[in-house]
Amino acid sequence: MGFLYQNLSIPILTLVTFVPLIGALWIIFFIRKDNEQSIKRTALFFAIADFVISVPLWIYFDVNGKGDRLFQFREVVDWIPSLGVKYSFGIDGISLLLILLTTLTGVIAIYSSFAAITFRQKEYYALLLMLQTGMIGTFCALDFFLFYVFWEVMLVPMYFVIGIWGGPRRLYAAIKFFLYTLSGSVLMLLSILALYFFNDGGIPFLNIGGLNAGLSFDVLRYHEIGHLIPPNLQFWIFLGFFFGFAIKVPMFPFHTWLPDAHVEAPTAGSVILAAVLLKMGTYGFVRFALPILPDATQQAVPWIVFLSIVGIIYGALVSLVQKDMKKLVAYSSVSHLGFVMLGMFALNPMGLRGSILQMINHGISTGALFLLVGIVYERRHTRLISEYGGLAKQMPMYATLFLIAALSSMGLPALNGFIGEFTILLGVANRSMVWAAFASIGIVLGAAYLLWLYQRVFWGPLDNPANQSLPDVNRRELLTLVPLMILMVWIGIAPKIFFDTIEQPVDYLVRKVDPHYFDRKPLMHPGAPAAAHPEVAEIHQ
Amino acid sequence: MSTAILLVIILPAAGAAINGFRAIKNPHTPKNKSVTNVVTLGATLLSALIATFGVVMPYVSHGTAQPFEHSYYNWIPSGMGHVAGGWISNFGVDFSVRIDPLSCTMLMVVTWIGFLIHVYATGYMSHEKGYTRFFAYLNLFMFMMLLLVLGANYLVMFVGWEGVGLCSYLLIGFYYDKNFAADAGKKAFITNRIGDFGFILGVFLIFNTFGSADYTKVFALAASGGHAQFGGVATAICLLLFLGACGKSAQIPLYVWLPDAMAGPTPVSALIHAATMVTAGVYMVVRSNVLFRLSPTAMAVVATIGAVTAIFAATIGIAQNDIKKVLAYSTVSQLGYMFVAAGVGAYTAAIFHVMTHAFFKACLFLGAGSVIHGCGGEQDMRKMGGLRKYMPRTHWTMLVATIAIAGIPPLAGFFSKDEILANAFGYSKLIWILGAITAALTAFYMFRLYFMTFHGQYRGAHVVGVGESEPEHAGHDLIAGAKHLDHGDAHSDKANGHHAHSHEPHESPWSMTGVLAVLAVLSILGGFVGVPAIIGGSHPTAFQKWLEPVLLPIEGHAFHFHEASHATEWALMIISVAIAVAGIFLAYRFYFRDAAWTTPKRIATRFALLYRLLENKYYVDEIYGKTVIGGTLLFSRALSWIDANIIDGLVNLMRHATVGLFGLGSNLFDKYVIDGLVNGAASTAGAGSAMLRRVQSGVVQNYALIMGGGLILLAVVYLFLKP
Repeated sequence: MGFLYQNLSIPILTLVTFVPLIGALWIIFFIRKDNEQSIKRTALFFAIADFVISVPLWIYFDVNGKGDRLFQFREVVDWIPSLGVKYSFGIDGISLLLILLTTLTGVIAIYSSFAAITFRQKEYYALLLMLQTGMIGTFCALDFFLFYVFWEVMLVPMYFVIGIWGGPRRLYAAIKFFLYTLSGSVLMLLSILALYFFNDGGIPFLNIGGLNAGLSFDVLRYHEIGHLIPPNLQFWIFLGFFFGFAIKVPMFPFHTWLPDAHVEAPTAGSVILAAVLLKMGTYGFVRFALPILPDATQQAVPWIVFLSIVGIIYGALVSLVQKDMKKLVAYSSVSHLGFVMLGMFALNPMGLRGSILQMINHGISTGALFLLVGIVYERRHTRLISEYGGLAKQMPMYATLFLIAALSSMGLPALNGFIGEFTILLGVANRSMVWAAFASIGIVLGAAYLLWLYQRVFWGPLDNPANQSLPDVNRRELLTLVPLMILMVWIGIAPKIFFDTIEQPVDYLVRKVDPHYFDRKPLMHPGAPAAAHPEVAEIHQ
Repeated sequence: MSTAILLVIILPAAGAAINGFRAIKNPHTPKNKSVTNVVTLGATLLSALIATFGVVMPYVSHGTAQPFEHSYYNWIPSGMGHVAGGWISNFGVDFSVRIDPLSCTMLMVVTWIGFLIHVYATGYMSHEKGYTRFFAYLNLFMFMMLLLVLGANYLVMFVGWEGVGLCSYLLIGFYYDKNFAADAGKKAFITNRIGDFGFILGVFLIFNTFGSADYTKVFALAASGGHAQFGGVATAICLLLFLGACGKSAQIPLYVWLPDAMAGPTPVSALIHAATMVTAGVYMVVRSNVLFRLSPTAMAVVATIGAVTAIFAATIGIAQNDIKKVLAYSTVSQLGYMFVAAGVGAYTAAIFHVMTHAFFKACLFLGAGSVIHGCGGEQDMRKMGGLRKYMPRTHWTMLVATIAIAGIPPLAGFFSKDEILANAFGYSKLIWILGAITAALTAFYMFRLYFMTFHGQYRGAHVVGVGESEPEHAGHDLIAGAKHLDHGDAHSDKANGHHAHSHEPHESPWSMTGVLAVLAVLSILGGFVGVPAIIGGSHPTAFQKWLEPVLLPIEGHAFHFHEASHATEWALMIISVAIAVAGIFLAYRFYFRDAAWTTPKRIATRFALLYRLLENKYYVDEIYGKTVIGGTLLFSRALSWIDANIIDGLVNLMRHATVGLFGLGSNLFDKYVIDGLVNGAASTAGAGSAMLRRVQSGVVQNYALIMGGGLILLAVVYLFLKP
């Protein structure tokens, strides 16, 4: 097994990326559309296979790799030499965790659709698998051209999933999602082209000289030359990236496509949207904006911090008064992603580590919440909070799982959300206590909207006759949720392995943006020679 | 020893997990209650035994000058952070524990009082449907509380801190199908979160200042730097931490959740909302004494808030008729006392009072539970009376605890209260006066409770009659009745569990009264560890000497225990006893000698406005409801409207503008987007297939249009940009 992952001649990342696509093609060409059982099984098989292939990536990934070894499992092949386009794959710890999240979410999304999707199943499962190829490819690509292709490819299946299998306003939501993201992508493309020209001959009509270093879309090359880009050009390039990624995150005030898309999308669509697609935006910032444009990044800090804090509080307040459960969870995403952006732009190890871990956490917790909302929706065909009440009596297992997911989402210590939020805020506070204070309001509000939701749905009398015979979660539903619950507790209690995985990339980013961050003298604590650390002998033994 | 500590913490968690799974399997009918009992009592008893013989005794036998610390693993490796003054430090956090005299004291109180209350609850909760679930929560609480007191850094403490809040939420909302319980649970959690907001910011500031959250490192650096280096920032840290303490320990302005928390079953009120969890704030302040000592400002704030809360809650306590509400306000008031102690620098007195209060208040709450149990779920003291004849064991134990809280020597409450008042007198006469008045009020309302409940004639028969005539609705009637009498905030937890079963009140089983007896004995003897020098003790007292290692020297100056002249000490002691006796005498005159309670009734009519104000707790809940909660909701609704109509409105406007600009010749958008929308809304599942074909073709063309537009745009851009 190890051979597969350690042998550089085997394109393991290509395999992880394209296995779902093979599954999609298999379903399209080899299975008749009325053979629903077979379609479902094949889709699930390929999703699980992809997950199984992706997990050893983590085992064989060298978390201490830096310099040339920061990006591992590299695959570089010339693709369009005349334009300098390469088929270039490689992952660092950040992409690794996001890929694992994607493959896990892929399995859960497909398995959770078995009862919910009742028509055009062949197309549905094929599209979900294609979507997965797009998402994994985006995280693997180290060539701007390739990245852009995957980025755009990803849009199409999601558009169809919302537009065909969605709720009553699915078309409005799907087109809004599509156009919004596309307009952001166009600006991002402009930024990519600006970088491309800068590396080559410059942009004469703007009087910007280039490096005359030839045609290249190599992301890592731009990491190297980032500091050579003049600050005013950095600013414009950053702005283009900002629109592309901020819409995807989504940051306030570019978030209004999100509640519509979530509410209309089928459950699996919402899960993927929340767990993975939103992370494309934050991933874009981490991979491109920060290391390539360090000066612009530093300049943007106050603006992005402001938008993030507004997003945190705004998202939470708007969540508070939603009447539809899914919309409530959708707005809570705006708040949570505000934390992710805020931590990232603290630009120190704590903030960045927390930010990246929180990307994963948000995928787990919010993914679980969407699955849970989907479970009662399938039974009652309504998501209005006022239709429920007292469900804890009727569905105790469901109530317990929902409570755990809600507590994880609101950042209760010893669950995953806390580790992310705490580390983010620790980093933010290290830069400014005032920012941390404003952002912490979001934690108070997070408890308020989730517990109020919980009270209205699960507590109180079970007085709606329609709810009095609801069955509790079945085995399949339980199986989709249990892995997420395990992750919540795991990350809450022992997050070290996750932090270790992202330690090198985070330090790399910090040094890119602030080369002198680590050049300080270590603080010594008087009279207490690291007494709280394991290497010190126990006094009483 | 590190293994023993881990076992102490983990055992209750294991108990919670086992009973939790069992409760989910059989949610409505407790199956095999004996298994539940074995698991829950076994876990708590083992935990208490290991804590005593495996942790505290070995630790004490090795001498208590140095703390024992152990780190189990590196929990949150958060990275290198900048520290004020141009330093860098590792901000990582370990999962580590600390044993020192302070955590030993808390450990003993938590495990043993916790075990006793578990025993009591097996009797008290025996008729409950959610029996197993209840004990799962209760064990989970023990786990979190142990983390809180044993953690060796602020983060592990915070896990316990929020964890006990969660358990409190779940247990207050134990009768979750009742709206008042659900409301009270949520209120408790969110109010606590407001406090936690301050706590966590305080922790961040600790990181920024001291580069770590480990007690050892923080206090060592703070003590060596002293006032000059850390005085200013210590004030900010302490005030932020104290906001957390105000939430957890129910101080002004965040005390409002505690009286409502009485919606939980009475053992919960005793364990969580009297003996242990609510004292966590006091523990935290004492734990952080090095930081607080660097900031006289913060100490003054703590003392003032404590004193004001103490007297404020005591005045409300005298006008309540619900037995649990009286005890709830009494708890708020006594917690205020503890903060007075901490604020005036009498940290040992604060912990001393935490301990004695745990004994007598647990006894009082459990006694009240026994009374409620015996009266078929009644909580209104006006419908009790004469119970000493029916429930002699409950009566005697509660009398002992009442004397103890009133501060009559030589019972436990006298010594701790006297130490607090003596220290307060040395700090500020005003604080002392507030404390002394509170002591008088405490003695008055506690004996009022005692006389109303146990003396005179039994007044409750008619209510039981209602319950009997219509047993199905007995619970609701009781609630409705209580609502009417007490303006909607008094609810009997027993009324939910089972209905009144007899006309006559009856004594509770030994599993309950036996626990009362143990606690009564502790209420008598508990104070002798802190006997002051003038009446045969030593200076410093035994308890002060025991806790001295926790009070680190600052800038080389050892901690100084307050000392006054013998004459002053005698005078203060006599005054505090005299005050207590006066309070008792007044209660005796009003509620014992005069069975018709004419004097209090006359006063209530004469000062109707004041009485209404007290009875309604100064309308603080109503004010908060209108301002904070109402304001937030109003603002949220406004934002939600803005989101839908302005921010999204702009997006839609842009869409229309774009369509107008690029699609002049083509009305594809209108045709497919708007029509599709209308059709989508109008379509039903049956007619879906035909429409879907249209939708799909529309989608493809739209996509083509967009891609075409994008390509043209790119071409234009390329033409412009190409060098």
